[in-house]
Amino acid sequence: MSHIDLNKIDNMQYDVLREIGNIGAGNATTALSQMINAKIDMKVPNVELLEFKYLSDIIGGAENIVVGILFTLQGQIDGMMMFMMDLPASHHLVNTLMGKSDVDNSEDDFTEIELSALNEIGNIIAGAYLSSLSALTNITITSSVPYMSIDMAGAILSVPAIEFGKVGDKALLIETEFGDDMNTVNGYFILIPSLESYSVILSSLGL
Amino acid sequence: MIKVGMADLNVCVAPNSITTLGLGSCVGIILYDQRNKIAGLAHVMLPDSTKISNNENKAKFADTGIDELINRMKVIGANPRGLVAKIAGGAQMFAFSKNNDMMRIGDRNVEATKAKLNELSIPILAEDTGLNYGRTIEFYPETGELHIKSVGKERKVI
Repeated sequence: MSHIDLNKIDNMQYDVLREIGNIGAGNATTALSQMINAKIDMKVPNVELLEFKYLSDIIGGAENIVVGILFTLQGQIDGMMMFMMDLPASHHLVNTLMGKSDVDNSEDDFTEIELSALNEIGNIIAGAYLSSLSALTNITITSSVPYMSIDMAGAILSVPAIEFGKVGDKALLIETEFGDDMNTVNGYFILIPSLESYSVILSSLGL
Repeated sequence: MIKVGMADLNVCVAPNSITTLGLGSCVGIILYDQRNKIAGLAHVMLPDSTKISNNENKAKFADTGIDELINRMKVIGANPRGLVAKIAGGAQMFAFSKNNDMMRIGDRNVEATKAKLNELSIPILAEDTGLNYGRTIEFYPETGELHIKSVGKERKVI
């Protein structure tokens, strides 16, 4: 089994992790696109090794309010997966899903039914992401129920960051941005395998 | 205003002020020398450096973070015997199921912070910890006020 040190990750390992992000996010984006019946484009995923102090600068700064939907992973790999969107994107998705695409309620709080729609969106996206990852690597991965939080990006990111903090001083983000023509839907997928799980993933792919 | 990131710390002298944005399960620790109007802020992520093998970044842990903060404050003229503390953060951001180890990390960070401050006989003048929401904090050494901002809540001063 290959061993991995997050501070000394090589180009080959980077490429593989990026590709995993690419395939997972591709499937998740397709699922999302089908669900809301609209075209969604996805950017090439970014694999970044970030010091904690710069972590919350992604997704618009530490105080930007975002919806974070987090899943814990079990099975042959463990860790977390998080799906993050800003508030306008979340409202847009929920509105589209519920057939009120012409309503501007981006300043409002989510109603209970909207929150449950958001949870379901998270479920479908995570399911698509993880099943493609599972098919690619032939590794069994099961995920928990979705846990959702709507709060400052920094506060939400502190949860996965703490998991990384136990093994190192940087966080590895496999981050994918997606959006539609009008740029109304922008989000991030963040896959956070535990340290041992990187080795499992990489060795399943022959590295 | 001086900005402190996650797993980071810094010091500040009045009339300047110091802030950290979006505290979640992490804890923001303010140490304050009232007489000299010198303050320090540490944004710690984990309770205990001795439980983790990779512990070079002192600002990451409650125990070593507080020690390092005091050292940095001494360098700019603070009196380590006259320090007081204010703390904030340690929230539980996601409602994980009960048997999940991640659930209590916010509480454990707060407990470890209090234990370390107690060991050093540094009194905690005020705290705003726990619950389930993020906090941005700003400290003003001129007045000793700690301002706390949260989503959908009034600004709080402790």
